[in-house]
Amino acid sequence: MHAFEFVKPSSIADAVKALASGEAIPLSGGQTLIPSMKARLNAPEVLVSLTGIAEMKGVCRDGDVLVVGAATTHAEVARAAAGDFPGLAGLAGKIGDPAVRSRGTIGGSLANNDPSACYPAAALGTGARIVTDRREIAADDFFQGMFTTALKEGEVITSVRLPIPEASAYAKFLQPASRFALTGVFVAKYAAGVRVAVTGASEGGVFRWAEAEAALSSDFDSEALSGLSVAAEGMISDLHGTPEYRAHLVRVMTRRAVAAAS
Amino acid sequence: MPKDDGIGASVKRREDNRFLTGNGRYTDDINLRGQAYVHFLRSDVAHGRIKAIDSSAAGSMPGVLKVFTSADFASAGGIPCGWQVTDRHGQPMQEPKHPILAEGKVRHVGDPIAAVVAETYEQARDAAEAIEVDIEDLEPVIDMKAALAEGAPKVHDDLSSNLCYDWGFVEENKDAVNAAFGNAAHVVSLELTNNRLVANPMEPRVAVGDYDPWGDMHTLYTTSQNPHVIRLLMGAFVLSIPEHKLRVVAPDVGGGFGSKIYHYAEEAFCTHAAKVLKRPVKWTSSRSEAFISDAHGRDHKTKIELALDADHNFTAIRTETYANMGAYLSTFAPSIPTWLHGTLMAGNYKTPLIYVNVKAVFTNTVPVDAYRGAGRPEATFQLERLIDKAARQLGVDPIELRRRNFIQPDQFPYQTPVAVVYDTGNYDATLDKMLELADYASFDKRAEESKARGKLRGFGIAHYIEACGIAPSNLVGQLGARAGLYESATIRVNATGSISVYTGSHSHGQGHETTFAQVVAEMIGVDADSIHIHHGDTSNTPMGMGTYGSRSLAVGGSAIVKATNKVIDKARKIAAHLLEAAPEDIELKDGKFSVAGTDKSVDWSGVTLAAYVPHNYPLEDLEPGLEETAFYDPSNFTYPAGAYGCEIELDPETGKIDILRFVAADDFGNVVNPMIVEGQVHGGLAQGIGQALLENCVYDENGQLLSGSYMDYAMPRADDFRGFVVDHSCNTPCTHNPLGVKGCGEAGAIGSPPAVVNAAIDALHRAGHTHITHIDMPLTPSRVWSAMNR
Ligand SMILES: Cc1cc2nc3c(=O)[nH]c(=O)nc-3n(C[C@H](O)[C@H](O)[C@H](O)COP(=O)(O)OP(=O)(O)OC[C@H]3O[C@@H](n4cnc5c(N)ncnc54)[C@H](O)[C@@H]3O)c2cc1C
Repeated sequence: MHAFEFVKPSSIADAVKALASGEAIPLSGGQTLIPSMKARLNAPEVLVSLTGIAEMKGVCRDGDVLVVGAATTHAEVARAAAGDFPGLAGLAGKIGDPAVRSRGTIGGSLANNDPSACYPAAALGTGARIVTDRREIAADDFFQGMFTTALKEGEVITSVRLPIPEASAYAKFLQPASRFALTGVFVAKYAAGVRVAVTGASEGGVFRWAEAEAALSSDFDSEALSGLSVAAEGMISDLHGTPEYRAHLVRVMTRRAVAAAS
Repeated sequence: MPKDDGIGASVKRREDNRFLTGNGRYTDDINLRGQAYVHFLRSDVAHGRIKAIDSSAAGSMPGVLKVFTSADFASAGGIPCGWQVTDRHGQPMQEPKHPILAEGKVRHVGDPIAAVVAETYEQARDAAEAIEVDIEDLEPVIDMKAALAEGAPKVHDDLSSNLCYDWGFVEENKDAVNAAFGNAAHVVSLELTNNRLVANPMEPRVAVGDYDPWGDMHTLYTTSQNPHVIRLLMGAFVLSIPEHKLRVVAPDVGGGFGSKIYHYAEEAFCTHAAKVLKRPVKWTSSRSEAFISDAHGRDHKTKIELALDADHNFTAIRTETYANMGAYLSTFAPSIPTWLHGTLMAGNYKTPLIYVNVKAVFTNTVPVDAYRGAGRPEATFQLERLIDKAARQLGVDPIELRRRNFIQPDQFPYQTPVAVVYDTGNYDATLDKMLELADYASFDKRAEESKARGKLRGFGIAHYIEACGIAPSNLVGQLGARAGLYESATIRVNATGSISVYTGSHSHGQGHETTFAQVVAEMIGVDADSIHIHHGDTSNTPMGMGTYGSRSLAVGGSAIVKATNKVIDKARKIAAHLLEAAPEDIELKDGKFSVAGTDKSVDWSGVTLAAYVPHNYPLEDLEPGLEETAFYDPSNFTYPAGAYGCEIELDPETGKIDILRFVAADDFGNVVNPMIVEGQVHGGLAQGIGQALLENCVYDENGQLLSGSYMDYAMPRADDFRGFVVDHSCNTPCTHNPLGVKGCGEAGAIGSPPAVVNAAIDALHRAGHTHITHIDMPLTPSRVWSAMNR
């Protein structure tokens, strides 16, 4: 690891100020950033820790919306969202292992937008709004391809506003080595319709499966998906799965998510 | 009454007290005064010519003591290979130089080019980034068959080709084998890959070199399975340091699985650099570095054929294997696909004619050497997969086909057509036991139940044999070993009766400190607590050949028995003197010497005290003291064998395989500590099932390691396994070592891969996917699904 400076502000305003230099980047749970620094793939001059900022932590309900502070750990979401939003709690509770869940945060996960990460599916699958120090971004606009988001330099996610669905579930097929999602599907049913978001599968990162959403909106039953499929083209090809396999898993995991939600 | 801490007792492992409380003392825990740190700059290309190395900027960076390149090792030898294989035509293998730091060329990703020693580890890393290396990329050879093609780029310019050797075994049988195939009623063939693996012990490799200029004394602390062998190889062949000036210490070692047998360049580097810099020099491998510098395992491509007569008796086996050596020859690499593989091709069967051909190939990849099982898993996998395929092709029960061809109990000792002589065994017994424990009789009912849930259930069997306790020295010498393969022990009885045992067998997970104490406690009849086992330091343990090939108890334990017998003989004479009787009349029981048929006795500590305070002592006939050393050189290998049964459930929607139950019925001969044996089998099964379902070391065509971290190299986790049932009740004791033991360390990793794959193929066939005759390991969900949907 290269040497760096470390600051730990206690307010969003101070964090934003500390990040303004251009040489600084935010550190949340460090579960992605620290390993990449140890491997010397990332060498920031200054790390601005977000974990001392009380206003960025915790889970609360605001009407039909669950508001999750960006620096809230996966373990905390798994615990605190279990009553209001079990689909989200279930997702958070299956990220990594206990050590990762006790440190990793929703803000870090969304900002990183790993194509195999779980939270992007929940954010897109609920039509969440990503709240930053300067604006709110709709999930549909936030994810812009593998490891790419709408965040500007120095912009900090402060919280995530997730509309609470009538029913939801996340079905994750584990990549055997990393146990990230080889393919994961988040399904959420709202009065206005059903949303289906897929992670792990596409070279373009998390995406919505429109045909499945339409079919499920008229009949929220896994049978409604029969006959539907996604194209293998554009799916990730790696040691763990061919594009055809991932395209197939999208169907299987969507069906399983619907079955688990209903 | 059997002793509760003697042979046969499941004594808890005494070493676990320190391991489980975090108080083990590993090499990385050793920090010497004034210690400096080395970081190796490693090649990031698979094949290239080094045109220039400019380390001037790096050399003047903060904290840097020295930047080393190959020029600093001009007078050192290469890392030696410990085994010379002779090819089909009687010619020695091609043996390239393996420099400590790359000379002229880099030959695999991870090949060390330069080394920076600095005050801190981070300073060394920083400076390494400032070294400018001008490398001309050369076309790499990764695929073994492509490496042997006419005009392929050469890994070593000074060799005639990338072929290390072309070995035929038994060459004289070749024509007879071919003739048997010509006359066969049935021929079954199979092409398969034995996937390349990375050992991944929990503790990465570490080396600390130290030099005392006043005594001209070198010390190397290293993560080794065999410190004496490192002392021999490094001292004699690389750095020209005589043994009495070189001490090698392997303290607690966190797993090896073969990967810590070998002498590595980093060890020689730290030893040498400590002398040059007059500072201790430490290297600690990162996990990423381990993936590109620890020797890998397996990596065979094989075609195997079986000839059968009309009654389904095996009449001949013929194999052709390409074995990857990687870029250099690691210490025992050439012996693995030959003498530890070809000699096992008879398996448990009375096939009269066998011919094994192995082409060992240099490629631009990390060197490949022994990994738990070493050659024997490769042999077992091909044979047991092939027999399963034969049963399907012929429409017969795979269990019956095996039984029909098993060597029978009355045929031992059994001379196989591949040189080795099995001393004893009973293969039907282990197979019966396995089927009973697996409740095979009601498998069909369970398969129906799975089917009702939309799952495919399968049952796979494999029978294995291995040759362990590798020896005898004169035989392995003829086969090309450049070392003896005995083991030694010193039993030092202290004045008050406590016993210090010094063994050449290093322990790094095997539990020697417990088991070896049980053996001595049983023989003398004292408490195991009064015995301490010392190992791992060449300055105070006798010459040892190390721990691998499941040899520790069979060979090292036998040396301990021999030395203990010498101690008892002498103690008996002392007791006879004290009791004024003839030594022949003295009995040793429960730690007490008595005169047969009398109540005259003296206890153990009375004798040991007399040995060291020899006031009343036969000084004219006996030396004082009670300490004996023995060397044991076995007369044959040992031959553990067993039947493995694997029950799986396969999800046809995703291709995912779950192990439901895994039964191992092993014949390890006598067992000293059943609990430790069970643990060894569990560990072996975890690695074997890991190979079958998860682990895969993959290079792309440019020689970049695609599975270079745990993000992509799937290590098994505890929740990947369940339902292990381990039995070792069907035992036929080894006939030629004093304990009657055979070795248990590798069995699990040898027998389990074919059992898992056979179970998967069984599940698929039961569900009508009869076009699938084989799937290469690892059987990942994607591979299984792709096979089903081809
Ligand atoms: C062993 C292991 C297993 C894992 N398994 C899974 C899994 O199964 N599923 C899964 O989804 N993830 C998994 N992860 C990733 C884990 O969820 C991480 O926690 C997550 O990706 C990053 O969150 P973090 O809080 O640790 O972020 P950090 O590592 O601190 O930061 C990640 C990136 O986001 C930036 N950042 C952090 N917070 C903010 C913010 N509030 N605003 C703007 N930018 C920010 C940082 O600057 C950095 O670039 C795993 C990680 C590990 C180590």
